[in-house]
Amino acid sequence: MSIILDHVDYVYGGDTTLAVHALKDVNLVIPDGQFIGLIGHTGSGKSTLVQHLNGLIKPTGGSIYFNGEDIHAEGYDKKKLRSKVGLVFQYPEHQLFEIDVFKDVCFGPKNLGLSQKEAELRAYAALKQVGLQDEYFYQSPFDLSGGQKRRVAIAGVLAMKPDVLVLDEPTAGLDPRGRDEILDQVAKLKEETGITVILVSHSMEDVAKYVERIIVMNQGSVMYDDAPKEVFKHVKELEAVGLAAPQVTYIMQALRKNGMQVATDATTIGEAAREILRALRE
Amino acid sequence: MGIIKTDKLVFEYIRRDEEGNVEGITRAVDEVDLDVKQGDFVAVLGHNGSGKSTLAKHINAILYPTEGAVWVDGMNTRDEKDLWNIRQEAGMVFQNPDNQIIGQVVEEDVGFGPENMGVPTEEIWARVEESLKAVGMYEYRKFSPNKLSGGQKQRVSIAGVIAMHPKCIILDEPTAMLDPNGRKEVVRAVRALNDVEGITVVLITHYMEEIIHADKVFVMDQGRIAMEGTPREIFSQVEKLKELRLDVPQVTLLAHELQRSGIRLPDGILTVEELIKALLAVQNQ
Repeated sequence: MSIILDHVDYVYGGDTTLAVHALKDVNLVIPDGQFIGLIGHTGSGKSTLVQHLNGLIKPTGGSIYFNGEDIHAEGYDKKKLRSKVGLVFQYPEHQLFEIDVFKDVCFGPKNLGLSQKEAELRAYAALKQVGLQDEYFYQSPFDLSGGQKRRVAIAGVLAMKPDVLVLDEPTAGLDPRGRDEILDQVAKLKEETGITVILVSHSMEDVAKYVERIIVMNQGSVMYDDAPKEVFKHVKELEAVGLAAPQVTYIMQALRKNGMQVATDATTIGEAAREILRALRE
Repeated sequence: MGIIKTDKLVFEYIRRDEEGNVEGITRAVDEVDLDVKQGDFVAVLGHNGSGKSTLAKHINAILYPTEGAVWVDGMNTRDEKDLWNIRQEAGMVFQNPDNQIIGQVVEEDVGFGPENMGVPTEEIWARVEESLKAVGMYEYRKFSPNKLSGGQKQRVSIAGVIAMHPKCIILDEPTAMLDPNGRKEVVRAVRALNDVEGITVVLITHYMEEIIHADKVFVMDQGRIAMEGTPREIFSQVEKLKELRLDVPQVTLLAHELQRSGIRLPDGILTVEELIKALLAVQNQ
């Protein structure tokens, strides 16, 4: 049970003079139950890549396998694929449209051909999974706060019972608490259900805090694919492609340069604090 | 009176149901008194829905107060005859760069504002050049905006505002959609405008690191000013900021964690340099 990208290439406008090579020979294995961070500067190919995962874009070269089956083989059930690989786009609240929250979340499962009863059960479970209280269920989605709207949009995808949840910058524009709440909820959901989560993010701090594996995209290719600690060792290389290390990593490096005997590979506040305490006590 | 002044500014909007019946009234801004000095760098923080953007839209007369008043450079925003002067003096930059760029070529986009104001052609070119240089985008003047990165587009939007020679510029979450590099570029450009050109800056953001150099920080909650002070005064209050759904810069948070573990550090550490100094002092004790 996994997603495999095998030599995936994607070229926009291939038969014109403006051809853009958006993905170049991308090879990835995404096993079940991982929490993956996908980072890269604007235009590095992140969004193009995630749209390949549920067959929204067809690669111009190479193949994509979901649970061992080529998703572009003739007769492959794409509708089922899209219920199994759930994509939450940027600013997903712009896609809310129903008159109340509950109906909006029911839309997906009903579209899968499920009965009204089953759709409602799934919608209820999904709204609980994103931590939305009952009192909001029958409100218009447009009367909710930014963070709440975004939870409803995520619930709409979860109600399809996906095996893989792809979130494209789910916290852009949210206040710091809203950001923490959404990501904590996603981490909890991953713990409880074992769902695979792919988090596309511009925040190195968020990625460092939550994920177990980071894929770095640059100019359409995979630049790094490793554990956060390993990836963030390449500070210079990351900066050269418009990214950065989490701020605490810079702090640790500066401390070391100024004569404190600390390890410089901390990527979260907690790790950094422990390391500094250790150094001070010695 | 400062360049921007508000006196008991209240803004209410009426919520209506689908048939247009009044459902209730929401007070988005509630008796806000602001006084921003010419040349200041002011930051406005606040959670989603706290009233920051509504307040900002009063400064260049996109919205008008329900009660109270707003003055920009001594002009009341209610005064219709000053409307264009106010919009020229207080320029605004929004979150999404793609919604703000209209030209087919970068220099044409930047020239749109002054052209609209009736500035003579030669001066338009001079202004386009100086504005693009101020944000470090002059080499890109002949580019098509859709070939630029998010940070570059946002800097073009800022150049478009400064080409109108404003006295102040209001930026409403200008970095929310940008990658780390884009954020750095935009913040650097904004700081330069303030330091070098002396333009008053009002920066609304959710990134705490962007405002550690501000002269003054206002924190909004439920339409009111909940906190007000220098970055150091504000960021010393970690718990209170968290209650207001906000955060502190990572350096400050790390210092706070260390304090809680019993390390004696001064409150409100804002920069890496300050943290290093304080920690080395502890180590040498």
